[in-house]
Amino acid sequence: MASEYSVEIRGLTRRFGDVAAVDAVSLDIRRGEFFSLLGPSGCGKTTLLRMIGGFELPTEGSIRIDGADMTWVAPYRRPVNMVFQHYALFPHLTVAENVAFGMRYKSVPRADEGKRVADALSLVQLSGFEKRHPHQLSGGQRQRVALARALALEPEVLLLDEPLGALDQKLRKEVQVQLKHLQRSLGITFIFVTHDQEEALTMSDRVAVMNRGRVEQMDDAARVFERPATEFVANFMGASNFFAARVSGTDGGVVSLALKAGGEVRIASAEAGPHRTGEDVRFVVRPEKLDLRGRDLSPHGVPSLPVTIEDKVYQGVSTLWIVRDAADERFVVYEQNERPFEEGSRFAVGGRAFLCWNARHAVMLRQGGAAG
Amino acid sequence: MADRPPRPERTGVLLALPTWLTLGVFFLLPLAILFVISFGQRATYGGLKPIVDLGLYLRSGKFLANYARSLHPIYLQIFWRSIWMAVVTTLVCLVVSFPVAYYIAVAAPARRRNLLLGLVVVPFWTSFLIRTYAWMFILRTEGLVNRFLVGSGLTHGPLELLYNNFAVLIGLIYGELPFMILPLYASLEKLDLSLLEASADLGAARSSTFWRITVPMTMPGIVAGVILVFVPSLGQFIVSDLLGGAKTILAGNLIQNQFAVARNKPFGAAVAFELTAAVLLLLFAYALYTKRKGQDVLL
Amino acid sequence: MRGRGRFLSVYAWLVYVFLYAPIAILVLFSFNRARQTAVWEGWTLEWYRSLAGNDLILASVKNSLIVGLASTAIATVIGTLVALALGRHALRGEGFTRSLLYLPVIIPEIVLGAALVTFYGVLSFHLSLWTVVIAHVVFCVSYVAIVVRARLSGFDRSLEEAALDLGARPLQTFWRVTLPLITPGIVAGALLSFTISIDDYVITSFVAGVGATTLPLQIYSMLKVGVTPEVNAVSSLLLALTVVLIVIAQRLQQAPVERGEMS
Repeated sequence: MASEYSVEIRGLTRRFGDVAAVDAVSLDIRRGEFFSLLGPSGCGKTTLLRMIGGFELPTEGSIRIDGADMTWVAPYRRPVNMVFQHYALFPHLTVAENVAFGMRYKSVPRADEGKRVADALSLVQLSGFEKRHPHQLSGGQRQRVALARALALEPEVLLLDEPLGALDQKLRKEVQVQLKHLQRSLGITFIFVTHDQEEALTMSDRVAVMNRGRVEQMDDAARVFERPATEFVANFMGASNFFAARVSGTDGGVVSLALKAGGEVRIASAEAGPHRTGEDVRFVVRPEKLDLRGRDLSPHGVPSLPVTIEDKVYQGVSTLWIVRDAADERFVVYEQNERPFEEGSRFAVGGRAFLCWNARHAVMLRQGGAAG
Repeated sequence: MADRPPRPERTGVLLALPTWLTLGVFFLLPLAILFVISFGQRATYGGLKPIVDLGLYLRSGKFLANYARSLHPIYLQIFWRSIWMAVVTTLVCLVVSFPVAYYIAVAAPARRRNLLLGLVVVPFWTSFLIRTYAWMFILRTEGLVNRFLVGSGLTHGPLELLYNNFAVLIGLIYGELPFMILPLYASLEKLDLSLLEASADLGAARSSTFWRITVPMTMPGIVAGVILVFVPSLGQFIVSDLLGGAKTILAGNLIQNQFAVARNKPFGAAVAFELTAAVLLLLFAYALYTKRKGQDVLL
Repeated sequence: MRGRGRFLSVYAWLVYVFLYAPIAILVLFSFNRARQTAVWEGWTLEWYRSLAGNDLILASVKNSLIVGLASTAIATVIGTLVALALGRHALRGEGFTRSLLYLPVIIPEIVLGAALVTFYGVLSFHLSLWTVVIAHVVFCVSYVAIVVRARLSGFDRSLEEAALDLGARPLQTFWRVTLPLITPGIVAGALLSFTISIDDYVITSFVAGVGATTLPLQIYSMLKVGVTPEVNAVSSLLLALTVVLIVIAQRLQQAPVERGEMS
């Protein structure tokens, strides 16, 4: 085997007119991993996937698959297969004919075709559906046929373009688990495009978060969630509590930050990265890691910010508190509803409180642009 | 394998080539020749008079003689008739078709919609000649209408119903009606009915909703229908020949006459180009309109 | 609201009566025994029988079939190819090609006829059945191209991408995926093309040579001489043929791509 990487992408760019849909992206995708391209629509994730599949040619850069240069190779010569967004099942062919479609090009002996088709269909639990036509299947079944058709050719890499987008919420959750399980047992590299962060977190080993054609952050799934590198990633992962501060001192392993709204916070510098005194920085704390208290905890070394309670959103299992600090910044606090109902609410809308958090939960954000 | 593949446009060109050749040679080229001939002069026995001195011919302005001739009152009268008949046909078709298209697209029960649409599509494609003949059959002196009129004692003798402007208009409206209903239907079908409800909810009366919502929203269909009816009406030949006879000559008959009977091809060509220019001007305006609306031109 | 809906439906049906009554009368009287055709004197098939013995009509039917089949065959191939160029390939001069296809449909027929007969004259082409075929190809290509193009845009490009993804080369993809899916469109285009060809009078009247009289030309010359029950009979036959062709074409065009129906 030529390389530990299944797909290596270098400086890949695709321009449509003046717009770079994919802008100088470099990625290495490991053999056998479940890799997700995550981002909002128009971020370039699908274009990137289509370039790996060969349906879109790059303006610049290169793609290697399994060690071989595939940048300009036609789709029918690439060792990858794709599950299309709307499945792209051939409407004039039966399920079995769909699954067998590519076999004659991969020099599968005719005698083996039947068995290969049966195996692929049993893999996705669709045995017995061979004679049906796609329009006789439910959305979930079509999705599984598309999967079987792609897997039947035993590709090096499987590309999946938002394949769960058309399924309803409940089915989606089930299929996520099944897909992940399938990927583990087959050991094939999966490259999965989605705009749903929860989906990406549930299934992926690693995630690349994309924005405006660039990769903002590429990391283990949990790390992208817990330690977003940029404001965009933090926002996309549902953490929208941003704090503006200035570095007031670096002391051994600890960085001291003066909050714009007043007060001081200390962060372990391993997380903070190298910072100079006087530098303006921003950090983020996830809503569930924030706490509201009735009194100032800063004397105890806990970051505390005086805020006004602006609104309260009761959500059943939890409550969201919307608060504002002296500098008019808005924060969201997520609170589990653990207290007995009869005790009533801890705070009243319009009242005052202190916003507190554990300094270890503060995540320093990289300023501006995307990852190098 | 690292080479960039050849540009894929080659296949497209190969696929389009037969069309380019066919329509280039047998459509554009003949039109160009016709255009050139429209500046020539006919020889005594038909055919073309050879031009001895091209410079002199051009300087003398004789090359415009056919166009100048077409401005003679006799011909202007024909053009004027062609235009007003096309205008009347278009307006009547529009007024008659709108409720029908609205009925098919909006009011009719959904299960009947395909049938109702099919019933418009069939005359859309069937022979104009036969559909015109049907009216000839009905309107002629021994025809059904006259039989009814005389038989019921409404008139003493049969009326001359054929060979007048009215007969031609009936034929034109009858022939072109499907060409108005279909584009109107296509537009009305896309109309979001909740807009009408919203308008009513906001207090608009029905007529007000019609003029302020329905008409503007279906304007693309109205414009397309007007073009599809007006253009062929302007160049009509069969209807005026069969139902109008010698009395109701339209531009189309004038052209045909120059080629078939009078053997004055240059003059016929000039009139043909005046007609073509009028049609292209309309289409150009239509293309501008659709472009402004951000829609695809018919194809 | 109900009253208004009722009024609308009555009105619509009246317009349908207006559309169909003249045709119905024409067909009805093709079965009328009377030669004096406005009086109904009972049913007969005599006029249809006399058509079968009319050599001029039979010859014109044969000519029409030759022209219709030949020009449809040629136009279907050319029109399908250009529809593929427009719908599935990057094409330099796409706008030009669209306009080129659009013009023969919209330019007055009389102009096209005049241009072609002049062109044949300049080239000293002997007017024959083949000059008619060429003329019909010119205006039929557009109809085929429009119908096939609509069919192409009716299905997802990703079907072809899926075939390529599964290892089929572009030509194999065309044969195994694209062609089966656009076949209803091609057949519909061909049927419409045949219908238009077999119905055309204006252009044909300019370019038909001696002995190349088609059915519409024959009908025209007959009814210029005088209205006879035979004209009704032959018109009814032509109508019946075109209606059948159109209904089939309509059904094919409406066949949903998702079901992959072939006929």
